[in-house]
Amino acid sequence: MSENIGDLFQEVMAIKQAGEFELISALIPYAGLVGLELIKENAGLITILRNKPSNIGNTTIPAVHGGVVGALLEHAGIMHIICECDTTRFPKIINISIDYLRPCLGTMDTYARGYVIKQGKRVTNVRIEAWQSDPSRPVAAAHAHFLMG
Amino acid sequence: MNSKKLYALKSLKETFEQLPQIRKLGIQIVEYERGHCLFKIDYALEFIGNRETGLIHGGIITTLLDSVGGAAAFSIVQEGSSVATLDLRLDYLTQAESGEPIMGFAESYHQTRNVVFVRGYAYHHSAEKPIVNFVASFMIGSVGFSPNV
Repeated sequence: MSENIGDLFQEVMAIKQAGEFELISALIPYAGLVGLELIKENAGLITILRNKPSNIGNTTIPAVHGGVVGALLEHAGIMHIICECDTTRFPKIINISIDYLRPCLGTMDTYARGYVIKQGKRVTNVRIEAWQSDPSRPVAAAHAHFLMG
Repeated sequence: MNSKKLYALKSLKETFEQLPQIRKLGIQIVEYERGHCLFKIDYALEFIGNRETGLIHGGIITTLLDSVGGAAAFSIVQEGSSVATLDLRLDYLTQAESGEPIMGFAESYHQTRNVVFVRGYAYHHSAEKPIVNFVASFMIGSVGFSPNV
Protein backbone atom coordinates (compact mmCIF):
# COMPACT_ATOMS: atom_id res chain seq x y z
CA MET A 1 0.00 0.00 0.00
CA SER A 2 1.19 3.53 0.58
CA GLU A 3 3.72 2.68 3.32
CA ASN A 4 7.24 2.19 2.13
CA ILE A 5 7.99 -1.41 3.00
CA GLY A 6 10.38 -2.33 0.21
CA ASP A 7 10.06 -5.54 -1.71
CA LEU A 8 7.69 -7.85 0.16
CA PHE A 9 8.83 -10.88 -1.81
CA GLN A 10 12.49 -10.22 -0.91
CA GLU A 11 11.47 -9.82 2.72
CA VAL A 12 9.74 -13.23 2.64
CA MET A 13 12.74 -14.81 0.90
CA ALA A 14 15.03 -13.46 3.65
CA ILE A 15 12.74 -15.03 6.26
CA LYS A 16 12.83 -18.32 4.32
CA GLN A 17 16.65 -18.16 4.19
CA ALA A 18 16.73 -17.69 7.96
CA GLY A 19 14.23 -20.54 8.45
CA GLU A 20 11.96 -18.33 10.55
CA PHE A 21 8.68 -19.06 8.79
CA GLU A 22 6.55 -18.08 11.75
CA LEU A 23 7.49 -14.44 11.03
CA ILE A 24 5.67 -14.43 7.66
CA SER A 25 2.18 -14.28 9.19
CA ALA A 26 2.88 -10.84 10.70
CA LEU A 27 3.33 -9.50 7.13
CA ILE A 28 -0.18 -10.60 6.10
CA PRO A 29 -3.12 -8.63 7.56
CA TYR A 30 -5.67 -11.38 6.71
CA ALA A 31 -3.59 -13.92 8.68
CA GLY A 32 -4.11 -11.79 11.77
CA LEU A 33 -7.82 -11.38 11.08
CA VAL A 34 -8.67 -15.11 11.14
CA GLY A 35 -5.67 -16.37 13.14
CA LEU A 36 -3.39 -18.09 10.60
CA GLU A 37 0.07 -19.04 11.88
CA LEU A 38 2.99 -21.10 10.61
CA ILE A 39 5.30 -23.58 12.28
CA LYS A 40 8.22 -25.36 10.63
CA GLU A 41 8.66 -28.94 11.75
CA ASN A 42 11.19 -31.50 10.57
CA ALA A 43 8.47 -33.12 8.49
CA GLY A 44 7.61 -29.80 6.83
CA LEU A 45 5.60 -26.64 7.19
CA ILE A 46 2.33 -26.70 9.15
CA THR A 47 -0.24 -23.91 8.84
CA ILE A 48 -2.45 -23.39 11.88
CA LEU A 49 -5.88 -21.80 12.03
CA ARG A 50 -6.42 -20.64 15.59
CA ASN A 51 -9.73 -21.27 17.29
CA LYS A 52 -11.48 -17.87 17.24
CA PRO A 53 -15.17 -17.30 18.02
CA SER A 54 -15.41 -14.87 15.09
CA ASN A 55 -14.47 -17.68 12.65
CA ILE A 56 -17.71 -19.56 13.38
CA GLY A 57 -20.03 -20.01 10.40
CA ASN A 58 -22.38 -22.52 12.00
CA THR A 59 -23.58 -21.75 15.48
CA THR A 60 -25.48 -25.04 15.94
CA ILE A 61 -22.45 -27.37 16.03
CA PRO A 62 -20.56 -24.89 16.35
CA ALA A 63 -18.27 -25.17 13.32
CA VAL A 64 -15.72 -22.98 11.56
CA HIS A 65 -17.12 -21.20 8.46
CA GLY A 66 -16.42 -23.26 5.33
CA GLY A 67 -14.87 -20.18 3.71
CA VAL A 68 -12.36 -19.84 6.54
CA VAL A 69 -11.49 -23.54 6.24
CA GLY A 70 -10.98 -22.85 2.51
CA ALA A 71 -8.78 -19.89 3.40
CA LEU A 72 -6.64 -22.12 5.62
CA LEU A 73 -6.20 -24.65 2.80
CA GLU A 74 -5.33 -21.99 0.19
CA HIS A 75 -2.94 -20.25 2.59
CA ALA A 76 -1.24 -23.54 3.50
CA GLY A 77 -0.84 -24.34 -0.22
CA ILE A 78 0.83 -21.00 -1.00
CA MET A 79 3.07 -21.14 2.07
CA HIS A 80 4.08 -24.72 1.29
CA ILE A 81 5.13 -23.70 -2.24
CA ILE A 82 7.10 -20.72 -0.90
CA CYS A 83 8.77 -23.03 1.63
CA GLU A 84 9.55 -25.95 -0.67
CA CYS A 85 10.00 -24.53 -4.17
CA ASP A 86 12.44 -22.15 -5.84
CA THR A 87 10.23 -19.23 -6.72
CA THR A 88 10.93 -15.82 -8.21
CA ARG A 89 7.61 -14.29 -7.17
CA PHE A 90 4.54 -15.14 -5.10
CA PRO A 91 2.53 -18.06 -6.52
CA LYS A 92 -0.73 -16.81 -8.04
CA ILE A 93 -3.86 -18.92 -7.61
CA ILE A 94 -5.51 -20.29 -10.78
CA ASN A 95 -8.11 -22.48 -9.11
CA ILE A 96 -8.88 -24.43 -5.97
CA SER A 97 -11.24 -27.32 -5.30
CA ILE A 98 -12.19 -27.96 -1.68
CA ASP A 99 -13.81 -31.08 -0.19
CA TYR A 100 -15.44 -30.81 3.23
CA LEU A 101 -15.00 -34.19 4.89
CA ARG A 102 -16.00 -33.75 8.53
CA PRO A 103 -17.30 -30.92 10.70
CA CYS A 104 -14.48 -28.49 11.49
CA LEU A 105 -15.23 -27.79 15.14
CA GLY A 106 -15.13 -24.18 16.21
CA THR A 107 -13.82 -25.07 19.64
CA MET A 108 -10.30 -26.14 18.64
CA ASP A 109 -7.37 -25.21 16.41
CA THR A 110 -7.12 -26.62 12.87
CA TYR A 111 -3.87 -27.68 11.16
CA ALA A 112 -3.01 -27.99 7.47
CA ARG A 113 -0.15 -29.45 5.47
CA GLY A 114 0.59 -29.11 1.76
CA TYR A 115 2.07 -31.59 -0.70
CA VAL A 116 3.49 -30.55 -4.05
CA ILE A 117 2.06 -33.08 -6.51
CA LYS A 118 3.76 -31.58 -9.55
CA GLN A 119 5.97 -28.56 -10.02
CA GLY A 120 6.12 -27.39 -13.59
CA LYS A 121 7.81 -24.35 -15.09
CA ARG A 122 4.58 -22.38 -15.13
CA VAL A 123 2.12 -24.22 -12.92
CA THR A 124 2.39 -26.05 -9.61
CA ASN A 125 -0.25 -28.53 -8.44
CA VAL A 126 -0.65 -28.80 -4.68
CA ARG A 127 -2.71 -31.08 -2.42
CA ILE A 128 -3.58 -29.76 1.02
CA GLU A 129 -5.12 -31.57 3.99
CA ALA A 130 -6.54 -30.09 7.18
CA TRP A 131 -7.24 -31.83 10.46
CA GLN A 132 -8.00 -31.08 14.09
CA SER A 133 -7.26 -33.75 16.73
CA ASP A 134 -6.09 -36.56 14.43
CA PRO A 135 -4.12 -36.10 11.15
CA SER A 136 -5.53 -39.42 9.88
CA ARG A 137 -9.07 -37.99 10.15
CA PRO A 138 -8.96 -34.91 7.92
CA VAL A 139 -11.77 -32.34 8.23
CA ALA A 140 -11.13 -30.93 4.75
CA ALA A 141 -8.85 -31.41 1.75
CA ALA A 142 -8.14 -29.40 -1.39
CA HIS A 143 -6.21 -29.43 -4.61
CA ALA A 144 -5.13 -26.22 -6.25
CA HIS A 145 -3.14 -24.87 -9.20
CA PHE A 146 -0.81 -21.92 -8.82
CA LEU A 147 0.91 -19.91 -11.54
CA MET A 148 4.63 -19.71 -10.86
CA GLY A 149 6.27 -17.68 -13.61
CA MET B 1 -42.62 -33.34 -2.00
CA ASN B 2 -45.01 -31.02 -3.84
CA SER B 3 -46.37 -29.65 -0.60
CA LYS B 4 -43.06 -29.24 1.19
CA LYS B 5 -42.81 -26.17 3.35
CA LEU B 6 -39.78 -24.01 2.72
CA TYR B 7 -38.00 -21.70 5.14
CA ALA B 8 -39.26 -18.13 5.24
CA LEU B 9 -36.68 -16.03 3.35
CA LYS B 10 -36.78 -13.30 5.98
CA SER B 11 -35.82 -15.80 8.72
CA LEU B 12 -32.97 -17.22 6.65
CA LYS B 13 -31.67 -13.72 5.90
CA GLU B 14 -31.73 -12.81 9.59
CA THR B 15 -29.99 -16.07 10.55
CA PHE B 16 -27.21 -15.52 8.01
CA GLU B 17 -26.74 -11.91 9.11
CA GLN B 18 -26.11 -13.09 12.67
CA LEU B 19 -23.38 -15.66 11.87
CA PRO B 20 -20.13 -14.63 13.58
CA GLN B 21 -17.87 -14.78 10.48
CA ILE B 22 -20.45 -12.94 8.33
CA ARG B 23 -20.56 -10.20 10.95
CA LYS B 24 -16.78 -10.13 11.36
CA LEU B 25 -16.24 -9.52 7.63
CA GLY B 26 -19.23 -7.20 7.32
CA ILE B 27 -20.82 -9.26 4.54
CA GLN B 28 -24.12 -7.65 3.48
CA ILE B 29 -27.13 -9.45 2.05
CA VAL B 30 -28.26 -7.46 -0.97
CA GLU B 31 -30.84 -9.95 -2.29
CA TYR B 32 -32.24 -13.08 -0.64
CA GLU B 33 -34.61 -14.73 -3.09
CA ARG B 34 -35.97 -18.26 -3.60
CA GLY B 35 -33.18 -20.08 -5.43
CA HIS B 36 -30.70 -17.22 -5.77
CA CYS B 37 -28.90 -14.71 -3.56
CA LEU B 38 -26.57 -11.73 -3.89
CA PHE B 39 -24.12 -10.82 -1.11
CA LYS B 40 -21.65 -7.92 -0.93
CA ILE B 41 -18.39 -7.33 0.90
CA ASP B 42 -16.62 -3.99 1.13
CA TYR B 43 -12.85 -3.68 0.83
CA ALA B 44 -11.03 -3.49 4.18
CA LEU B 45 -7.33 -3.21 5.01
CA GLU B 46 -7.52 -6.24 7.31
CA PHE B 47 -8.56 -8.43 4.32
CA ILE B 48 -5.24 -7.81 2.57
CA GLY B 49 -3.17 -10.84 1.56
CA ASN B 50 -0.40 -8.90 -0.20
CA ARG B 51 0.25 -5.54 1.42
CA GLU B 52 2.48 -4.40 -1.44
CA THR B 53 -0.32 -4.61 -4.01
CA GLY B 54 -3.20 -4.18 -1.54
CA LEU B 55 -4.88 -7.26 -2.99
CA ILE B 56 -7.19 -9.15 -0.64
CA HIS B 57 -6.53 -12.73 0.48
CA GLY B 58 -8.36 -15.39 -1.55
CA GLY B 59 -9.99 -16.55 1.67
CA ILE B 60 -12.25 -13.50 1.61
CA ILE B 61 -13.71 -14.52 -1.76
CA THR B 62 -14.01 -18.16 -0.66
CA THR B 63 -15.95 -17.03 2.43
CA LEU B 64 -18.18 -14.68 0.44
CA LEU B 65 -19.05 -17.39 -2.11
CA ASP B 66 -19.47 -20.25 0.39
CA SER B 67 -21.82 -17.97 2.33
CA VAL B 68 -23.95 -16.93 -0.63
CA GLY B 69 -23.95 -20.50 -1.99
CA GLY B 70 -25.17 -21.86 1.33
CA ALA B 71 -27.84 -19.17 1.44
CA ALA B 72 -29.09 -20.12 -2.03
CA ALA B 73 -29.16 -23.80 -1.02
CA PHE B 74 -31.10 -23.09 2.19
CA SER B 75 -33.69 -21.14 0.23
CA ILE B 76 -35.00 -24.24 -1.57
CA VAL B 77 -34.79 -27.03 1.04
CA GLN B 78 -37.59 -28.18 3.28
CA GLU B 79 -38.02 -26.24 6.50
CA GLY B 80 -36.19 -28.02 9.32
CA SER B 81 -33.47 -29.37 7.02
CA SER B 82 -29.82 -28.58 7.56
CA VAL B 83 -27.39 -27.72 4.78
CA ALA B 84 -23.61 -28.31 4.80
CA THR B 85 -21.02 -27.62 2.11
CA LEU B 86 -19.87 -30.88 0.53
CA ASP B 87 -17.40 -29.31 -1.90
CA LEU B 88 -16.73 -26.12 -3.77
CA ARG B 89 -14.47 -24.99 -6.58
CA LEU B 90 -13.27 -21.51 -7.44
CA ASP B 91 -11.72 -20.50 -10.77
CA TYR B 92 -9.86 -17.19 -10.69
CA LEU B 93 -10.70 -15.65 -14.06
CA THR B 94 -8.96 -12.36 -13.37
CA GLN B 95 -7.38 -10.54 -10.45
CA ALA B 96 -9.58 -8.64 -8.00
CA GLU B 97 -8.95 -4.89 -7.86
CA SER B 98 -7.61 -3.37 -4.68
CA GLY B 99 -10.00 -1.04 -2.88
CA GLU B 100 -13.20 -2.19 -4.60
CA PRO B 101 -16.23 -3.94 -3.06
CA ILE B 102 -16.97 -7.49 -4.24
CA MET B 103 -20.39 -8.92 -5.05
CA GLY B 104 -21.05 -12.65 -4.71
CA PHE B 105 -23.96 -14.25 -6.59
CA ALA B 106 -25.18 -17.84 -6.32
CA GLU B 107 -28.12 -19.83 -7.67
CA SER B 108 -29.35 -23.30 -6.79
CA TYR B 109 -29.84 -24.94 -10.18
CA HIS B 110 -30.67 -28.51 -9.17
CA GLN B 111 -31.81 -30.42 -6.13
CA THR B 112 -32.00 -34.14 -5.34
CA ARG B 113 -33.16 -35.87 -2.15
CA ASN B 114 -29.71 -35.37 -0.58
CA VAL B 115 -27.87 -32.67 -2.51
CA VAL B 116 -28.34 -29.09 -3.70
CA PHE B 117 -26.18 -28.07 -6.67
CA VAL B 118 -25.16 -24.42 -6.77
CA ARG B 119 -23.25 -22.20 -9.17
CA GLY B 120 -22.26 -18.57 -9.03
CA TYR B 121 -19.57 -15.95 -9.42
CA ALA B 122 -17.96 -12.92 -7.84
CA TYR B 123 -17.57 -9.52 -9.51
CA HIS B 124 -16.85 -5.87 -8.73
CA HIS B 125 -19.28 -3.70 -10.67
CA SER B 126 -20.68 -5.78 -13.51
CA ALA B 127 -21.88 -9.38 -13.47
CA GLU B 128 -20.70 -9.43 -17.11
CA LYS B 129 -17.12 -9.19 -15.85
CA PRO B 130 -16.74 -11.93 -13.19
CA ILE B 131 -13.53 -12.17 -11.15
CA VAL B 132 -14.19 -15.72 -9.91
CA ASN B 133 -16.43 -18.51 -11.15
CA PHE B 134 -17.88 -20.82 -8.52
CA VAL B 135 -19.56 -24.24 -8.36
CA ALA B 136 -20.51 -26.08 -5.19
CA SER B 137 -22.67 -28.84 -3.79
CA PHE B 138 -24.38 -28.89 -0.42
CA MET B 139 -25.60 -31.92 1.53
CA ILE B 140 -29.14 -31.70 2.84
CA GLY B 141 -29.94 -32.84 6.35
CA SER B 142 -26.47 -33.92 7.41
CA VAL B 143 -24.68 -32.28 10.32
CA GLY B 144 -24.91 -28.78 8.88
CA PHE B 145 -26.61 -25.99 10.70
CA SER B 146 -30.32 -25.68 10.92
CA PRO B 147 -31.46 -22.09 11.40
CA ASN B 148 -33.41 -21.53 14.57
CA VAL B 149 -36.56 -20.45 12.82
